[in-house]
Amino acid sequence: MNYVRDVGALTRKDLLLELRARDTLPAMLLFVAAVFVVFHFALPGEPSKLETTGLLWVAILFTALLGLGRAFVPEREQRTLDGLVLAPCDRSAIWLAKSLATLAFLAAAEVVALPLYALFFHHVGGATVAAVLLADLGICAVGTFLGAMAVATRARDLILPLLFLPLAIPIVVGAVGASVVHSPGRYLGFLALYDLLFAVVCWASFEFVVSE
Amino acid sequence: MARTRIPLPVLAVASLVLVTTALAFVFFVAPNDANQGFSQRIFYFHVSIAITAYALFAGAAWKALRHLWKRDPRADLESYVFVHQGVIFGTLVLLTGSIWAKISWGRWWLWSSDQLVLFLVLFLFYCAYFMLRFSVDPGPQRANLSAVYALFGVVLIPVSFAAIRLAKDIIHPVVFTLKGPQFGGWILVTYCIAQVAVPVLAYTLYRLELSSKRLDIRLRDLREVLA
Amino acid sequence: MTTAEKYVTAAYCVVFALVLAYVLIMALKLQRLERDVDEIASRVSEENAEEAPREPAHVG
Repeated sequence: MNYVRDVGALTRKDLLLELRARDTLPAMLLFVAAVFVVFHFALPGEPSKLETTGLLWVAILFTALLGLGRAFVPEREQRTLDGLVLAPCDRSAIWLAKSLATLAFLAAAEVVALPLYALFFHHVGGATVAAVLLADLGICAVGTFLGAMAVATRARDLILPLLFLPLAIPIVVGAVGASVVHSPGRYLGFLALYDLLFAVVCWASFEFVVSE
Repeated sequence: MARTRIPLPVLAVASLVLVTTALAFVFFVAPNDANQGFSQRIFYFHVSIAITAYALFAGAAWKALRHLWKRDPRADLESYVFVHQGVIFGTLVLLTGSIWAKISWGRWWLWSSDQLVLFLVLFLFYCAYFMLRFSVDPGPQRANLSAVYALFGVVLIPVSFAAIRLAKDIIHPVVFTLKGPQFGGWILVTYCIAQVAVPVLAYTLYRLELSSKRLDIRLRDLREVLA
Repeated sequence: MTTAEKYVTAAYCVVFALVLAYVLIMALKLQRLERDVDEIASRVSEENAEEAPREPAHVG
């Protein structure tokens, strides 16, 4: 299982880097907390559960974007991406490892964000947690892929949200639906389908993003 | 490999004749619809343009696949021109759809129309395609990135469509169902003519733009040779 | 004209106008291409004038 070992090594590298530099995670945590406070003042009074659920998902999406924007920055600054591409491992392993690392950051941010949301607004149900998990998979798979595309451009950070948000609309639909309706099965299934579909597409086409 | 293609002037004449015929049929031959009256005449072009736009996006993905798979050197430019045409026709869908919403519901925008919302999402998605393409220097990497993104598009279309359908059920399970138009007689004939005319027009514009883009590239090469 | 008729006509006019705008953009592009061709052609003829006149080659 060379592939698994490669992915493991690359993921560990990203996590270690974050552990030492502490670039991304604190920024994500602060950002999500600040967004909640802004939301409170943007929706004065007692906003309904429907409204705050929407806000939660906007917050998660933008926090994820913050992390995704940083994902390939070290590779670019240290010029390690060229080395990784030349390394004798399958190129899709780079994408998978980066997705896993980003997933870890996003999940860590949400471990704080969800209780905070429950504290500030409404309680968080089991369906919402399931939706968060499934949505995270899709966000990280697609977002990391687009992040790799974005660092290849001149516009870089500017272009990632433009590429990502239209693709994230189905995630938002599935996630909000699962958090709001009584029987969330259909929406969770849709999220899982999205994850599977886009993970396969990203996995198969990542090679073309990093090589010429 | 020489592909036999229909000459551009023939295409131009064909689209002229077809579009004129279609317009004449829409305004003078097709009868008023029993439910929607005169306003239903928008649909002949609105629907044809929408289907053409899907076909153009599919064409872009097909050319993208040819670029990635067969390394066809012309496929990158062809894919780009398909996306460009698709965005133009997508804009037309949004505009005609908006006018249709105004007639039928008295508002310029309608979130409950699946097709309109889907085209809005696709419009955003494919506009980002241009942002991506124009912020990378021309070369194999730009071709690869554009191709991969164009392929994402065809995956996104059905997924978004399903998502938009699902989104309507969140608040209130399906409030309105659009009854299919009563096809038959002159309505069907008119629709068929429009459905042929619009893709032919789109293909003509595609070929026109492609030849002008190719000319541009060849001129640039010539200039470099001379410099 | 009824309101519906007006709107339907407007819709078709919008389609027509957008296609026309597209043709206009293409025309501008062609104009630019023509200028480029002129420039290259003049450069080629300048270079030819600088070189010593040669025996014309017979083509065909």
